[in-house]
Amino acid sequence: MSQKLDAKIPEGNIAEKWTKYKSTVPLVNPANKRNIEIIVVGTGLAGSSAASALAEMGYKVKVFCFQDSARRAHSIAAQGGINAAKNYQNDGDSIYRLFYDTIKGGDYRAREANVHRLSEVSGNIIDQCVAQGVPFAREYGGLLSNRSFGGTQVQRTFYAAGQTGQQLLLGAYSALQRQVGMGTVKSYTRHEMLDVVNIDGKCRGIIARDLVTGKLERHFGHAVLLCTGGYGNVFYLSTNAMGSNVTAAWKAHKKGAYFANPCFTQIHPTCIPVSGDHQSKLTLMSESLRNDGRIWTPKKQGDTRKAIDIPEEERDYYLERRYPAFGNLVPRDVASRAAKERCDAGYGVGTSKMAVYLDFAANMKRYGRVEATKQNIHNPDEETIVRLGKEVVKEKYGNLFDMYKQITDENPYEVPMRIYPAVHYTMGGLWVDYNLMTTVPGLYALGEANFSDHGANRLGASALMQGLADGYFVIPYTIGAYLSNEIRTAAISTDHEAFVEAEKNVQSQIEKLMNIKGTKSVDYFHKKLGKVMWDKCGMARNEAGLKEAIAEIRAIREEFWKDLRVPGSANEFNPELEKAGRVADFIELGELMCKDALNRNESCGGHFREEYQTEEGEANRDDADYAYVAAWEFNSVGEWTLNKEELKYENIKIAQRSYK
Amino acid sequence: MSHGDMNLTLKIWRQKNTETKGSFETYPISGISPDMSFLEMIDVLNEKLIVEGKEPVAFDHDCREGICGMCSMYINGRPHGPKNAVTTCQLHMRSFKNGDTIVIEPWRASAFPVIKDLAVDRTSFDRIMAAGGFVSVNTGNAQDANNLPISKEDADESFTSAACIGCGACVAACKNASAMLFVSAKVSQYALLPQGQPERKSRVLAMVAQMEEEGFGSCTNTGACEAECPKGISISNIARLNREYLGAALSSK
Repeated sequence: MSQKLDAKIPEGNIAEKWTKYKSTVPLVNPANKRNIEIIVVGTGLAGSSAASALAEMGYKVKVFCFQDSARRAHSIAAQGGINAAKNYQNDGDSIYRLFYDTIKGGDYRAREANVHRLSEVSGNIIDQCVAQGVPFAREYGGLLSNRSFGGTQVQRTFYAAGQTGQQLLLGAYSALQRQVGMGTVKSYTRHEMLDVVNIDGKCRGIIARDLVTGKLERHFGHAVLLCTGGYGNVFYLSTNAMGSNVTAAWKAHKKGAYFANPCFTQIHPTCIPVSGDHQSKLTLMSESLRNDGRIWTPKKQGDTRKAIDIPEEERDYYLERRYPAFGNLVPRDVASRAAKERCDAGYGVGTSKMAVYLDFAANMKRYGRVEATKQNIHNPDEETIVRLGKEVVKEKYGNLFDMYKQITDENPYEVPMRIYPAVHYTMGGLWVDYNLMTTVPGLYALGEANFSDHGANRLGASALMQGLADGYFVIPYTIGAYLSNEIRTAAISTDHEAFVEAEKNVQSQIEKLMNIKGTKSVDYFHKKLGKVMWDKCGMARNEAGLKEAIAEIRAIREEFWKDLRVPGSANEFNPELEKAGRVADFIELGELMCKDALNRNESCGGHFREEYQTEEGEANRDDADYAYVAAWEFNSVGEWTLNKEELKYENIKIAQRSYK
Repeated sequence: MSHGDMNLTLKIWRQKNTETKGSFETYPISGISPDMSFLEMIDVLNEKLIVEGKEPVAFDHDCREGICGMCSMYINGRPHGPKNAVTTCQLHMRSFKNGDTIVIEPWRASAFPVIKDLAVDRTSFDRIMAAGGFVSVNTGNAQDANNLPISKEDADESFTSAACIGCGACVAACKNASAMLFVSAKVSQYALLPQGQPERKSRVLAMVAQMEEEGFGSCTNTGACEAECPKGISISNIARLNREYLGAALSSK
């Protein structure tokens, strides 16, 4: 039976909700904290920050990651930056403006109260990271530098070259290692969570597999935090790391946690195009490049000239043409669709014709002239301007340009980059209330693993912000609402029948995978699934395609369980077995994504249903019927019940999104 | 499925687990495209091995964009292969010639035991970090970020040291299996910043002590670490570490 969900949003004015709530939320006294155990799964920005912050408060924490070190979680690969409403540039930024931009950028499908809280704590994150010794980019005066990102007209993005995620994660990782050294956190690397354990309706622990020995382990916790990232790898090709997966979230979903808005996936406009069918992953070129790059295609269809041979008047700067107010800095969903539109219409470039240009020449010259003036070079010649400009661009984006050259064998300092959209982030995830608790008491979801803050489209530089906000500044307070009632719960023995049962189920799933002994590798099925998802549940969707996709995914599932081959044994380091379990979950999730996309008869943000568009080809939202969060309840494989959380916009007037 | 027309011979270290002795196996491989990354070439080999009913080669990898530090192959006698300043995952087959024989080994160091085939255990790095690779600041204790101006030069230099990805190529490249480049990069990052000053001495002493306990060798200034580092971490960090260590050792107690 479908039900309406209560997000437990505190009463009161939006600007005061969080301050008031965090001052009144129940506390756990220091003596009791020492007896309370918390399990954190995942060590990206959300997981590392939550684990260290909770340990600093006095809780006993266990942290798990599948990588060989907590430092390798995929937050490390985030490039461009992190937003914060500091208004250091004196350009009119404020908590309200960040809140507004995020709600609008999310195409009015995010929860107001959570987003406002996120904006409120954004400034604290920068303070905390600087205090940890994160080397952000600075100006000559010694103060922090900012850059612009899509969907905003202020400069609020803090960065460390093109390696912001790396520097933030290493900051959170060092805070975590400090606690490990102090013995307040116990770290389990090369461990994968394979199920949650519920006892009397509450989450009380996990089953994890030691990936080196293959041994299954039972771990008790008064609460379990899933900080396990997004599910973009359901598409096989994405900018996610090879190991990024949905398994932890999916196992939780099958044990009662609702999965919200699964069809909201972000296709990032600026990625290096696919080069062949050997491709194993896609590489992002940071959105920050759109600050200084102009996106264009030739005005002539099927133009085979080299970019430099196409004169200025024969170039179509289509984003600047279509969206003069935001130009190259429109949000990601808008930029991606516009690139697809150009390529589908026959204006694409490169050998595959599925790419557009991202060109730095004009800005390189602009920087060169500024630099020449700074260096007192008057009337600089063209060569000097270009040389100085290159130096500036190198300092800002050097690692990205190097990466591009490495992958494509083309020099982006000389020729424009070729880019095309690729799967990058998932806005959907486990449904959580204001406390970040899922529909299973004691089970929480933080960071990309939850659904709450980005609506139908995430703005650039907001993922790092959300991960660290949830971990450093939200969960340490909100978890008290639950744990204050758990102080009388003694640690439950892992011999409890619920643990035994859960471990048995995990064991039998592993045996099932090992015993299929079919003929095809895991990758064969993963690629097949990915193609269906990309073609029919990707940048554009329609009813007929989604229905076909569901049938095709069911067929893939059947074939998978009949013809999969997992080599080796279960009692050893076996990466193929790890992948098999993850792909089994992706197949089930893929079906739900299509079902969700089919249910949502509107276009909003990253969810573009071809049937619902304006005459100009923009997304056509239906607020009367779909201003809700679709939270799916698992019944059995392929069977779900839809529950709804109504979205109320009390502080921002819901409007047609325009970047023109 | 054919992808390209390069034919290669791969000599790969196979080792069942930490306890078992390993050896080289030879695998001919064809249909490789120069646009493939090195790891995609290994993917092709593994796909073939699986279909033939053999065990695929185990190796560590994750982001495949040169930043997570997980990939770790020793290729033709060099960590991360023949090109300078790239990780294995960013190495492309166009760096090799049709007909080449490529020898692939795991990192070799007693502080990095082999787990299986090409995957090694680098948790010793985590323990060095836990010993002192941090600024002791609890969450919520920070002042406004711009109340602490830091000169651009110091911030940039600190960032350059902080760019270390912790892959362990420096250890694999060193004939002594020394971890000095890794440790010195972290020590430098903090030594260059005001936030790192209060624990400047205790940090360097604790990290070096842990490094020695893990069984890494001594530094004899051969410079192989710098030459092989995929992120171009400079050996000048080691000079700074030595100064920091000496200063701290002489003035403590």
